[in-house]
Amino acid sequence: MNPMVEKLAGLGPEIILLIGAVACLFIGLMRPPGTRRITPAVAGLSLVACILLPAAWHALTSDEPTEAAGVTRLLHMGLAETAFAAYVKLAVAGIGLLLLLVAVRAPEQLPQTDETESGRVPFDPANTTRGEFYAFFLFSLTGVMLCASADSLIWLLLALELTSLPTYIMVVMTRDRISAQEAAVKYFFLGAMAVAMFLYGFALMYGAAGTVQIYSPAYAPEATSIHGYISGLREAGEALPPEMLIGLILAVIGISFKIAAVPMHFYTADVYQGASTPVTALLAFVPKTAGFVALIILLAAVGWPLPPALAILLWVMAAATMTVGNVLGLVQTSVKRALAYSSIAHSGYMLIGLIVGLSLVGGANGGDAGQAITGPFEVTALQNGLAGVLFYLVAYGVGNLAAFGVLACLRSRGEEADTYDDIAGLRHRDGGLAAVLLLGMISLIGLPPLAGFIGKLYLFAPAFTTGQTALVWLVVIALLNSAISAVYYLRIAATAYFAEPEGDVTVVPSAARRAGTMIAGILTVIIGLFAGAFGLTTLANQAVDLPITVWPEAAETMQVPESK
Amino acid sequence: MRPETLIPLMVLLPLLAAPAIFALPRRLSEVWAWALFISVLNFAVAVAVVVFAYLPAPGSEVSRLSEGGFFLTGAGWPWLEDFGLRISFGLDAISLWLVVLTALLMPITVLASRTAVTERYREYYMWLLLLEAAMIGTFIATDVIFFYVCFEFTLVPMFFLIGIFGSTQRLKAARVFFLYTFTGSLLMLAGLIYLAYFNAAQDLATAAQTLAELRNIDVSEAQAWLAGQEQAAALGHWTFDIQALTFTAQTLMSPAQQGWLLLALLAGFAVKVPLFPVHTWLPLAHTEAPTAGSVILAGVLLKLGTYGLIRFALPMCPEAVVTFAPYIGVLAVIAILYTALICWVQTDVKRLIAYSSVSHLGFCVLGLFAIDAERHIGQSGAVMYMINHGLSTGALFLCIGMIYERFHTRELAAMSGLGRVMPVWAFFFVLFCLASVGLPGLNGFIGEFLTLVGAFLATDTLGMGFAIAAGFGMILAAIYILYMVGKVIWGPTKVPESHDHNRDAAHAGEAHHGPAVRDLNRREIAVLSPLAALCIFIGLYPFPMLQSLDKPVMTLTRPAAEVVAERADARSEAEREQAARTFEAIERDATREGRR
Repeated sequence: MNPMVEKLAGLGPEIILLIGAVACLFIGLMRPPGTRRITPAVAGLSLVACILLPAAWHALTSDEPTEAAGVTRLLHMGLAETAFAAYVKLAVAGIGLLLLLVAVRAPEQLPQTDETESGRVPFDPANTTRGEFYAFFLFSLTGVMLCASADSLIWLLLALELTSLPTYIMVVMTRDRISAQEAAVKYFFLGAMAVAMFLYGFALMYGAAGTVQIYSPAYAPEATSIHGYISGLREAGEALPPEMLIGLILAVIGISFKIAAVPMHFYTADVYQGASTPVTALLAFVPKTAGFVALIILLAAVGWPLPPALAILLWVMAAATMTVGNVLGLVQTSVKRALAYSSIAHSGYMLIGLIVGLSLVGGANGGDAGQAITGPFEVTALQNGLAGVLFYLVAYGVGNLAAFGVLACLRSRGEEADTYDDIAGLRHRDGGLAAVLLLGMISLIGLPPLAGFIGKLYLFAPAFTTGQTALVWLVVIALLNSAISAVYYLRIAATAYFAEPEGDVTVVPSAARRAGTMIAGILTVIIGLFAGAFGLTTLANQAVDLPITVWPEAAETMQVPESK
Repeated sequence: MRPETLIPLMVLLPLLAAPAIFALPRRLSEVWAWALFISVLNFAVAVAVVVFAYLPAPGSEVSRLSEGGFFLTGAGWPWLEDFGLRISFGLDAISLWLVVLTALLMPITVLASRTAVTERYREYYMWLLLLEAAMIGTFIATDVIFFYVCFEFTLVPMFFLIGIFGSTQRLKAARVFFLYTFTGSLLMLAGLIYLAYFNAAQDLATAAQTLAELRNIDVSEAQAWLAGQEQAAALGHWTFDIQALTFTAQTLMSPAQQGWLLLALLAGFAVKVPLFPVHTWLPLAHTEAPTAGSVILAGVLLKLGTYGLIRFALPMCPEAVVTFAPYIGVLAVIAILYTALICWVQTDVKRLIAYSSVSHLGFCVLGLFAIDAERHIGQSGAVMYMINHGLSTGALFLCIGMIYERFHTRELAAMSGLGRVMPVWAFFFVLFCLASVGLPGLNGFIGEFLTLVGAFLATDTLGMGFAIAAGFGMILAAIYILYMVGKVIWGPTKVPESHDHNRDAAHAGEAHHGPAVRDLNRREIAVLSPLAALCIFIGLYPFPMLQSLDKPVMTLTRPAAEVVAERADARSEAEREQAARTFEAIERDATREGRR
């Protein structure tokens, strides 16, 4: 078959989302107000359709039976070429739908849009942002999905930028405040710098390997690729050449902007606070997912255990990210900023999974540690750090969305709720929202039996299986960080439950926003209790089907870095 | 219905009733009645479980309890099968009595809270029932992660009970309580995951090799021995089953690995117990908590720590336990003496009792680590102590709660001579104080005496010095408790001024012209009398309970006892050799002399 057609066959969800985005642009600018009003519904519909239509198409046309049983069938519905991409698409579409519910009425927070849409002034396409907002929303999600299918550096770069560029604009277009503009400009320039960094890294990698292909595509398995190039070197026992290593390091640091990890975390608090809350919820999930997906794809080309330079870099980044995030989260007076720092800290936890990668050591896999093996292969769930990251993204996504969703549902003196005073005594104002906030906090702390606990178990347990002492210490640092984070998460929950309400705080009368928040809260419980019954953990484990090579040199590859 | 189903029922009943009680009834009396009904029902289930425990299992001659191992076990439900994680449960005598204690204290606290909580009562009873579910879950778990889940989940209801219903410093107390215990147990979680990995990373071949190196035996011999072990089947799989992991840890871990594991477990359990020097959260939490909260904290939650020590630490890391026992013993003795002295200078009655808990739990830990080659007196005593402390200290907190409800003060200086105006209350208060001091004939004595004897006899780990030092703690306990009793009950009558006219409906009429202080009403007597009866009963007739504890305690302490015996053997062997060498040398000298 034509490689182009082959490629497109796995991009059904993205194509549908793009069509949906364009449709939103048009419908959002139609003259009849009734038509304009259905724009969010169109966006939601395209999110649903982007999963269902390709799956239905696949079920009708495909005659090869899938061997996958149970829940892992979901990964073979024709959503993508790889199970990895299919998992990411499912997760992004699912959480994207909740994010969309929370974001309904977000464009109307801009006064001119509100005036136009409520009919107080005559319709003028230049004065309404509804169409653009939902279109950009869908573009951004499309970007993440494309990231997951990436097999070349160019593709990865474009997909990452498709994720980020709409978010820069969404920050500024939903809030009529100088701080939002500041946030958007800051976000844009720092983002551009990050792009420059990882682009430079990509260029160096291309220079070393002579190709932009990360993996050889399925239709040309013999083609040269970065994965093949690095594998050849490691097989021969040679070190990576400096340009490749520097390229990888620059790429990792550049992409760490997307996941808000140290040293590229400085923008986070200002941007998250400046953006309107529904957009902040999106910022805390969508670019982060894209960043982690990109990092998994890049590092998978290197194979695990990582070369010492990369492993030490990631170790230091992980330790610094979670510590900086949690310690600075402690001293915030704004709930939004505290949650922004918490989002940094969670990236630190997830970096652990990236260092672990896949571990074949130990009896549970019956693996022979003496040889390099190239995947995809079956690994016991708790020895699969990448599955931990994939699962944690979802667990963190719902917990975080519950927290931001509650904030988005509140307004204080006509402005967005932001400080601790604004959520004080939330229990008296709205018991349901307070309960959701509590669930979100408990899940983010990682207290059993909610989703966050399973996520942490899935992230931290694999770290033990590598047999590297440095990783065990990293887990201990992460656990102590969980304890630090409990201080401000508890403070948020306690403020909502123990304090007396004060000030003029109202609940936004938006059923959709409330529903999205509530569903996120309930999901933290359901994922926690039934992750096993619904096979979600298996799903994440099965989703790691990239052609990863696991190298024999185990314990000696990494020394404990100097204490910081 | 199979009797096994009763065990998870004890968790499910309060767990499912809690949200229903929050959502359905409106009025305080209804909510209270439902909470009481559910907790009494759960206690009835617990009693049924005791009955089944004394009945023989099908196809067996002796009662389930006297078989010694876990009984009424069930594989439960898979939770995360990829991880090897199940919700599995079972009981042995230790957990059985602790479950009964929990199920007994719960209706009593509900009964006692009738007038104390009049606002946000739906939340109150919801959290109480959730707490009961979590506590019972901790005791019945036979899967370490299920244990951990319940262990951690107790924090949330307690956080709210203290934070909403506590006294003035409640916010700080709730937060300190949560963060302290949460931090400790996270490190424990790391230890448990490490252990599970250690188990998964072994297979029979490597395990035999490890075993051969550890025991200095042949690999083939080790292989043959392992093949005969039932629990060895779990090697090489991810599992969190307590028995499988205990087996792996005690047989295959090197002393250094056991040391790290013990440290991790201690981080979680020592904070919960609480052991000196990590006890500082306790006085604050106890003092600020509402009465029900203090009763449950002292009665059950502290026991989660000692229960964890005997269920996990002792059998899993015997080598390390024996090595560390003297140091932990020193900490326990410091806890006993230091907090006893602190008690002496307290001016707040509730704070005094709170500190006395630290002192008492010091005895418990001392008994747990009094490891002896042949006997396990200290450990049996410690388990008895856990139950008896739950009864007597829980009751003391209830007594003080009744005083606080009347006078809104707990200051020692504000009251004296209450024996004259509240004779019934004074009777109970003195009884529980004496039980708590360890008067022979009352329940506190049994545990205290056995732990001291255990420490005294365990010469290889603790020995006489520890027993004598801890014995001083008993004297100090008598001093501070009797000092308090003397001040509160006897002396010139002084009733605190800020006392509140009773809110009880039965006495509403006489509140304005009747006696200024009313003694206990029927409900309050009903609260205290079962506890008083049990204090006396167990004090006079502790044998059935002691007897049932014998086998499970022996199973759990045997590995550590074997280590002690081995080391003693090695030492006496070395001494014999030394003596023989000295003798030879003397003989040589003598013959040389003789030749000369």
